[in-house]
Amino acid sequence: MQFFGGSDISPSPPAPTASGHNAHMMYMFNRNGVCLFYREWNRPLRTLNPQQDHKLMFGLLFSLKSLTAKMDPTSAEKGNLGVPQLPGQGCSFHSFRTNTYKLSFMESPSGIKIILVTHPRTGDLREALKYIYNLYVEYVAKNPVYAPGTPIKCELFNTNLDQYVRSIS
Amino acid sequence: MSRVVGPRSGDAIFASVERVNAELFTLTYGAIVRQLLTDLEEVDEVNKQLDQMGYNIGIRLIDEFLAKSNVTRCVDFRETAEVIAKVGFKMFLGVTASVTNWDADGTCCSIVLEDNPLVDFVELPDTCQGLYYCNILSGVIRGALEMVSPL
Repeated sequence: MQFFGGSDISPSPPAPTASGHNAHMMYMFNRNGVCLFYREWNRPLRTLNPQQDHKLMFGLLFSLKSLTAKMDPTSAEKGNLGVPQLPGQGCSFHSFRTNTYKLSFMESPSGIKIILVTHPRTGDLREALKYIYNLYVEYVAKNPVYAPGTPIKCELFNTNLDQYVRSIS
Repeated sequence: MSRVVGPRSGDAIFASVERVNAELFTLTYGAIVRQLLTDLEEVDEVNKQLDQMGYNIGIRLIDEFLAKSNVTRCVDFRETAEVIAKVGFKMFLGVTASVTNWDADGTCCSIVLEDNPLVDFVELPDTCQGLYYCNILSGVIRGALEMVSPL
């Protein structure tokens, strides 16, 4: 019998891209599941078309949030599985990590969800996600031309986001 | 590892944001109301329009409020009213409001502003009976709460 070499089991993470971006991609959803924003900096593998990809991501988060909240061993009340939680209520997961990437998640009580996919060695990105939420407030929410609930097409937001993501370690 | 940041007080946030001259603010709002009265003539129409304008502001303002103040979800309506009065009004208008007049169910209350920057120097004439001069504020609260309410 042939055994695969041990080094194949967890390949080392890809080095940051030539442009210096440390993140792979980012999604933003609102409370109704509308994908407000999607940006990719380094994504060699694409398996689904964009609509399916967004739907899959939103569905994944919905299920994960529900599961993590209901499985909470410290929670006194026994909720029932399948009942959707209010944004910001109960416990909520904030990241998961595989051997090739780390997905960080943040949800505001108004239902704005921010997802950032980075390389696996990234530290806790909760503060970074909060900062991105602040960028959203400054350049999108306060933009009178932007209609809430529609996809974001604000150049200033894109530029500032790119700049910030470059600085995340 | 990362420190958990608690909610910030309204004072702290108000001190850290950019501010505008109070008189400019009061005069601008007065000009808006005057123009609405000229355009719409009916006091009820103006009230409705002010509420709608406030609603459009509120749905955007809620994200700024949540981002800057770090409050967590409120447990019940009492807490919501307190947060609006103590943190919200302080943060955006620089004034502290108080919550009074709770009814028996806890579903209805009054938020009272001791000094309201919108109404400085304003006197309503008799022709404007029934005008809710500050109706934009109720619209703002309505819009903001709608964005955090259960679906």
